[in-house]
Amino acid sequence: MSDFDWGIIARSSAFLAEGMALSALLVLVATVGGLILGFGLALMRLSSHWLLSVPASTYVTVMRTLPLVLVLFWFYFLVPLVIGRPVGSLASALLAFVLFEAAFYCEIVRAGISNVRNGQSDAGLATGLRRAQVLRLIILPQALRAMMPLILNQIVIVFQDTSLVYVVSLHDFLTAASVVASRDGRATEMYALVALVYLAICLGTTKAAEFYRKGLPT
Amino acid sequence: MIVIEDVHKSYGNQHILRACSATVSLGEVVVVCGPSGSGKSTLIKCINGLVPFERGTITVDGVSVSSPKTDLPALRSRIGMVFQSFELYPHMTALQNVSLAQIHVLKRSRAEADARSEKILARVGLGDKRDSRPSQLSGGQQQRVSIARALAMDPQAMLFDEPTSALDPEMINEVLEVMQELALEGMTMMVVTHEMGFAQRVADRVLFMDRGQIVEDTPKAQFFTAPVSERARQFLTNVLTH
Repeated sequence: MSDFDWGIIARSSAFLAEGMALSALLVLVATVGGLILGFGLALMRLSSHWLLSVPASTYVTVMRTLPLVLVLFWFYFLVPLVIGRPVGSLASALLAFVLFEAAFYCEIVRAGISNVRNGQSDAGLATGLRRAQVLRLIILPQALRAMMPLILNQIVIVFQDTSLVYVVSLHDFLTAASVVASRDGRATEMYALVALVYLAICLGTTKAAEFYRKGLPT
Repeated sequence: MIVIEDVHKSYGNQHILRACSATVSLGEVVVVCGPSGSGKSTLIKCINGLVPFERGTITVDGVSVSSPKTDLPALRSRIGMVFQSFELYPHMTALQNVSLAQIHVLKRSRAEADARSEKILARVGLGDKRDSRPSQLSGGQQQRVSIARALAMDPQAMLFDEPTSALDPEMINEVLEVMQELALEGMTMMVVTHEMGFAQRVADRVLFMDRGQIVEDTPKAQFFTAPVSERARQFLTNVLTH
């Protein structure tokens, strides 16, 4: 093992931390923004009015068939064209992530809401609650429980997908590590570190999802 | 109190209700029976607008259910409803189930609502279950909580949609007893049920439905001794012989 130089990790830690911060920012914005937008899309898809449901389901279908890399590229080149000035790769990447993830969160939210029995909403309505109240007080709390493991799972996927931002020359954690790896010729050490970090974060989140599911009252 | 006039309802080209007319007066207990698929549940759900209908009118206390001008939530808050499958909110305790609409519809304070809920839970014999979740209660207990949830709104009338059909036999009586007590106190009730014993004890009138039509609307005594329609006679023979 004498050929390995694990000190490289300590020496490049500031640069790696910057990459990790970007990854974390992307995950956070994509999850929060994606959930909010996805929630709206899900309500539209569930609407009985086609003017709401058709655009939403078209959006979701299109987004889900596109590779994320393509969406990242698109926004990088398209957004400046639309608004007439460059926006920088970070802003376009954040926007792309939010709009892309919204399609997936829409499906998660929709499945969660559809899973709640119809009778629950009848019961709420029968007591005089309004539709919005039924949704907020009765349907969503139940839907959220069903959705939690799926949301955590999606966060793991988003985290893994953040490495794709290298195409718009952003340095996420993986990209930062690979920069160090090729600059200093320390590929083994850096990629071992990357693998361990991804493993820890993804396994941790998956375990949290399992733990959450087990803790649910039946 | 409840006036149903010439109500029609169809899903696609399947007629669920045809020309249904009936009246439930203040303080009356009307039992609706008939073979499954005859439209009983649909009819009772039309009364508080949970199921829309195409033709005819239903008025509750003079207010039309189907008129677009009607404040449907306000109307529903005055009619209690109990479902076959209880439909308690699984993420709330018994007390929270009973308090929810009091707080959000009647705008009672939480303390006020909870005090009322406790009283009503005690009245249906579940004073000690206030902090239990629905999943920790038996079917009979769940159905009594759902009756309490409806009563907490101080309804002018109660609708029951096969309240004992999902219950194990040994739990049916505890629910029927609560309903019987309500009837004796003068509550206006419309009850879809196969429990002919209950009908015999507390009903004023019996509606018999078959294939979407009300084929019999007679006082209880006559229904059990001399039903008008052949279909009702058959039904009674089948139901009462075992």
